[in-house]
Amino acid sequence: MLEIAVRRRQGAFQLEVDLATGAGVTALFGPSGSGKTSLANMVAGLARPDQGRITLDGRPLFDGAARLDLPPERRRIGYVFQEGRLFPHLSVRSNLIFGQRRVPAAERAVPFDDVVAVLGIEALLERRPARLSGGEKQRVAIGRALLTSPRLLLMDEPLAALDAARKAEILPFIAALSRHFATPILYVSHSMDEVLQLADSLVLLQNGQVAAHGPVEELLARPDLAPLTGRGHAGAVLRATVTAHDDAAGVTRLAFAGGPLLVARAPLTPGQSVRVRIAARDVSLALDPPGRVSIQNCLPASVVRVGPAEDGLVDVLLDCGGARLWSQITPLARDRLHLRPGQPLHALIKAATIAAGDIAAKEGAMPCASPSPRRT
Amino acid sequence: MPVLTPLEREALHLSLLVSGWAVAGSLPPGLLAAWVLARLRFPGKTLLDGLIHLPLVLPPVVVGYALLVLLGLNGPIGARLHAWFGITLAFTWKGAAVASAVVAFPLMVRAMRLSLESVDSGLEQAARTLGCGPLRTFFTVTLPLVLPGVLTGAILGFARSLSEFGATITFVSDIPGETRTLPIALYALIQTPDGDAAAARLCVISIVVALAALLASDLLARRLKRQLGG
Repeated sequence: MLEIAVRRRQGAFQLEVDLATGAGVTALFGPSGSGKTSLANMVAGLARPDQGRITLDGRPLFDGAARLDLPPERRRIGYVFQEGRLFPHLSVRSNLIFGQRRVPAAERAVPFDDVVAVLGIEALLERRPARLSGGEKQRVAIGRALLTSPRLLLMDEPLAALDAARKAEILPFIAALSRHFATPILYVSHSMDEVLQLADSLVLLQNGQVAAHGPVEELLARPDLAPLTGRGHAGAVLRATVTAHDDAAGVTRLAFAGGPLLVARAPLTPGQSVRVRIAARDVSLALDPPGRVSIQNCLPASVVRVGPAEDGLVDVLLDCGGARLWSQITPLARDRLHLRPGQPLHALIKAATIAAGDIAAKEGAMPCASPSPRRT
Repeated sequence: MPVLTPLEREALHLSLLVSGWAVAGSLPPGLLAAWVLARLRFPGKTLLDGLIHLPLVLPPVVVGYALLVLLGLNGPIGARLHAWFGITLAFTWKGAAVASAVVAFPLMVRAMRLSLESVDSGLEQAARTLGCGPLRTFFTVTLPLVLPGVLTGAILGFARSLSEFGATITFVSDIPGETRTLPIALYALIQTPDGDAAAARLCVISIVVALAALLASDLLARRLKRQLGG
């Protein structure tokens, strides 16, 4: 459990954060200049708050009133930087054990071979960092931080410098880490895609302040946060389970709170828990179930709220068997359907609009249900 | 070395001895000064910077005279060195090493400071988060990364020491077998009638030594660079 209550002034910028995060992956999301990295640096001990208090699992790391400021080397917090920051004069192996050697043997909870296997870096151990690709560097940097058996792992946009292919290569590793090594992760990002794939809970930062904090699905379902989370993303994340593939029909069947959901054939395993993103603009509304149409998903739903017209569009929040869906329609459509809260209708979603990129393999349950960590 | 006359051998030996000790002695404080100038901000930094660079811009004779006044047998520091530790600097080869070190110091500091300033402080931050205190971070991360700069500084200092004349002759004079290094022996020979041939030989020796030092440093620098994977 990480508890932060700090203030810091940097020029005209004022950071003021009061926050408590728990196990699993917490994403720190916000536009650049919102104070994400400053906050991470303060937690790591690389920057000093003007006042306040930071505690990790009840142990104070910083306490302005008590004049306590633990140096970074005594905080036991792993930090994966955006640019990797591998030591160029050391081999990959020496980089990896650089921090591990500083941890007393009795406190080394993360075995070297385990980390190397999970990150898939066996073949790189004798190389110099200069001879690694960007993705390889970041994997080594993650391993190096993990091997200090940190009580918390900070990741500051570790994928920002990588291309899409490298990102896809590393994301699954990070997703596996928190569960595998039972290390809470604070993940700084400005990519909602990464947040969807990784995070259990989300902290929205804006102008140095916490705008909202809660489970990812819940925050993305809040229309008032849409300007921060990105309008296209809002309300559009569901937890679902893969039920079956139908190769002949070219679809994959999912089940979620609102019923069955057909999506374009995706490389998933039946039984797997996933997060599905449904863009608000891809959801159409119908008062009666339509007859013969190409749209495969016709979900009974009811109107929760009809938003005001913004940028010429209206956001409609729907309840679909307990799950929240969003639909973006024109004011014209709103008036023709006479939409009002409580009204039953049908949400229409084309299966083809939900592609593999909108589906993220994500353990449905929060850490209490996660498999027991492998600690030796 | 039968090709060298006893006089040449003595001068070469003294030159290498004096320059070697001058570099070895001024390297640690030079590194410290370079680190202070590269990393710290404090009032009076410009003054310290100026003081460190003073021997570079002062006539060497002035430096030599200052050393004589301070470190001579009757000087405020020299008298105490003699009384407490039995060390005599004036008119000894040790004094020649001190004179060379003082003159070479600013050159060494400059090279090492440049190198320190180019080290990514992010790497040092990373080392801190990996459990290293400031001192260990310096020795395990910073120092290996600035080794090329330290090497450059050492070679510059060594070369400057080899060529040191003015401060040396002012402070420790020309004493055969004690302070008569290559440049001073050369100067003495030029003053001697019929010394031209011997002087020319000393010139060649000086050139060979300087070239050897440069080549060795180049070789070392390349090896260091390869180690950094660059």
